Amino acid sequence: MELTGADIFVRCLADEGVEYVFGYPGGAALHIYDALYKQEKVKHILVRHEQGAAHAADGYARATGRPGVVLVTSGPGVTNTVTGIATAYMDSIPLVIFSGQVPTSLIGDDAFQEVDAVGITRPCVKHNFLVKDVKDLAATIKKAFYVATTGRPGPVLVDIPKDVTAHKHEYEYPKSVIMRSYNPEIKGEPGQIKKAVEIILSAKRPMIYTGGGVILGEASDTLTDLVRLLGYPCTNTLMGLGAYPASDPLFVGMLGMHGTYEANMAMHECDVLIAIGARFDDRVTGDLNKFCPHARIIHVDIDPSSISKNVPVEVPIVGSSGAVMRDMIKLITESKIRPDKTALVAWWKQIDKWRSLNCLDYDRDSKLIKPQYVLEKLYELTDGDAYITSDVGQHQMWAAQYYKFDKPRRWINSGGLGTMGFGLPAAMGVKLAFPEATVACVTGEASIQMCIQELSTCKQYDLPIIIVNLNNRYMGMVRQWQEFFYDRRYSHSYMDALPDFIKLAEAYGHVGIKIEKPADVEGALKEAIRMKDRLVFLDFITDQTENVYPMIAAGKGQNEMHLSPHKAVVTPDRELA
Amino acid sequence: MRHIISMLLENEAGALSRVAGLFSARGYNIESLNVAPTDDVTLSRLTLVTSGSEEIIEQIIKQLNKLVDVVKLVDLTEGPHIEREMLIIKLHATGAMRDEVKRLATDYQGRIIDKTDTTFTIEVTDSSERLDAFIEAVRAAGVIEVVRSGVSGIARGESGLRV
Repeated sequence: MELTGADIFVRCLADEGVEYVFGYPGGAALHIYDALYKQEKVKHILVRHEQGAAHAADGYARATGRPGVVLVTSGPGVTNTVTGIATAYMDSIPLVIFSGQVPTSLIGDDAFQEVDAVGITRPCVKHNFLVKDVKDLAATIKKAFYVATTGRPGPVLVDIPKDVTAHKHEYEYPKSVIMRSYNPEIKGEPGQIKKAVEIILSAKRPMIYTGGGVILGEASDTLTDLVRLLGYPCTNTLMGLGAYPASDPLFVGMLGMHGTYEANMAMHECDVLIAIGARFDDRVTGDLNKFCPHARIIHVDIDPSSISKNVPVEVPIVGSSGAVMRDMIKLITESKIRPDKTALVAWWKQIDKWRSLNCLDYDRDSKLIKPQYVLEKLYELTDGDAYITSDVGQHQMWAAQYYKFDKPRRWINSGGLGTMGFGLPAAMGVKLAFPEATVACVTGEASIQMCIQELSTCKQYDLPIIIVNLNNRYMGMVRQWQEFFYDRRYSHSYMDALPDFIKLAEAYGHVGIKIEKPADVEGALKEAIRMKDRLVFLDFITDQTENVYPMIAAGKGQNEMHLSPHKAVVTPDRELA
Repeated sequence: MRHIISMLLENEAGALSRVAGLFSARGYNIESLNVAPTDDVTLSRLTLVTSGSEEIIEQIIKQLNKLVDVVKLVDLTEGPHIEREMLIIKLHATGAMRDEVKRLATDYQGRIIDKTDTTFTIEVTDSSERLDAFIEAVRAAGVIEVVRSGVSGIARGESGLRV
């Protein structure tokens, strides 16, 4: 039977197993919306702004590992998703974005709500398509899901002109895809893996540094096996948190600009660095000339272009993190060579010395609410088992430092693009995927206002998220940089005329609680967790002067950390080494 | 160092802009670029000349290979190869200069493809370096217009860039 393009579209999503579509209707997408109305398999979540749709789909994808799906109209509909698409692109998140387009006969005429969607999104998608003929629609949708979810995942946009959704064609969803120009490498080259294992087993001061690639590759268990088999220290990037259990003694914390003292020092001093699914981002490496000066570097990544991009490596291995680590474990188990025990004991002794500095300690006697305290309590009261989304800034770093993620896919934040406004819509996607789980959005009064309109979506679909607003009346991270690097000239980082968040939450039909004293923090969090069927907006009025420590200033080496003034030791550099 | 990178592209709308966009987005330079369909109508051959350190060239090749529309790619400068570029140049040619320009065109295996009482239009096909030399040689006559095709190239020997 022949179906219209719109019906074909909806059938494709159903056959692809799509549970939720996050979207917003408009002229060019109306045939599709009509087709959605006539079925029940694919559920549509109506957001309040298309950026929210992209972030919500992204949060869903990060939490589940399945692709997030977005549906928007042409013109402003699709341009509003661009920030969300770029966010997903930078963090390699599988999204498929469908945009309506003006009819093919009008393309290029500057028609109403026409924009070159394929052109505008080209630099921030893994691939994109314009479907010009209904006969290509099903095959293109299949390809879009295939490209988005395989290899190094990423967003794929499919632009569909309105007439294509009206035209009819026989429906058949392809069972498989063969693309001659796209064949991602999965298995690592055995010779390279053998070479890597020899170096790994010869290490005296080894370090395992892993990123988002381990989570995307569903390889957290394999990583845990590998680290425990070797007994080597492990650090995770901001994107990789949860890949290795944070409560495990072999974990030395996050590394990088706001990483722990022990993680950064161990990076600086290590003699063998095993990088897996991480991309040597500038927020991790600091000054490249001072990066891991003593280390032989092994780098495993599914994307060859990530290897030797910023840091030259001795042993590059192209392959999926899981497959390569499994091969490594096999070779290590079979090998007669064992890691040098004496060297390893000495190395751990050194790391424990660094660790004993307790770099994340903060002033616990303050009369003001310390943001770190809120996060520690949130961790305790949710048994470390919640899904935590965040926005971008100080609160994001504190969440990464103080919430000890033991499982992958629990920490959901915009690491690469650093998108303020991500947290709330992302939490909606997570909550829809896991309605029974506790989902908290850790945010600040600046970030939350960037997608605050989604409180309305939360009401419509009954999404009881806990919003932990660390309200310091500043764009905290901007203020921190201005304090450190601009002689305290706080140029436009002060948030004057803030809304009353309690009334705002109530106006949207939710619960709001304002917390002003440290003694009330625990009670408020408990209350929010207890109210399982309501979205609770917790507005914590926190210490305005608090900074994120440790900190490596941009362009400094990993061993050149600013520590909290709360710590007695102020000269971090090799003082304890 | 100068590299000639040649690739087979899916013959689809937007494929060229993906390649060009990659270069501008990542700050790589393109000295020349040309593209045309091949004997297989589903494929185009795109050849570009770029320069940079070995690390940059390695990144360029990896990034190009990552583009879904790039089917196969070769860095021709890595092995023995032939490169050709076509030049069409329009020159003032009057008086004694007419014979001089004619002689130079013959020296460079060029052909006069159009002439008026005061001008010559000459076509030369050769390596980019030889074309540069020819332009310098005839510059004194007075250049009206220069059109260059950009470099095309092919590897020597039996192997070929095919799907």
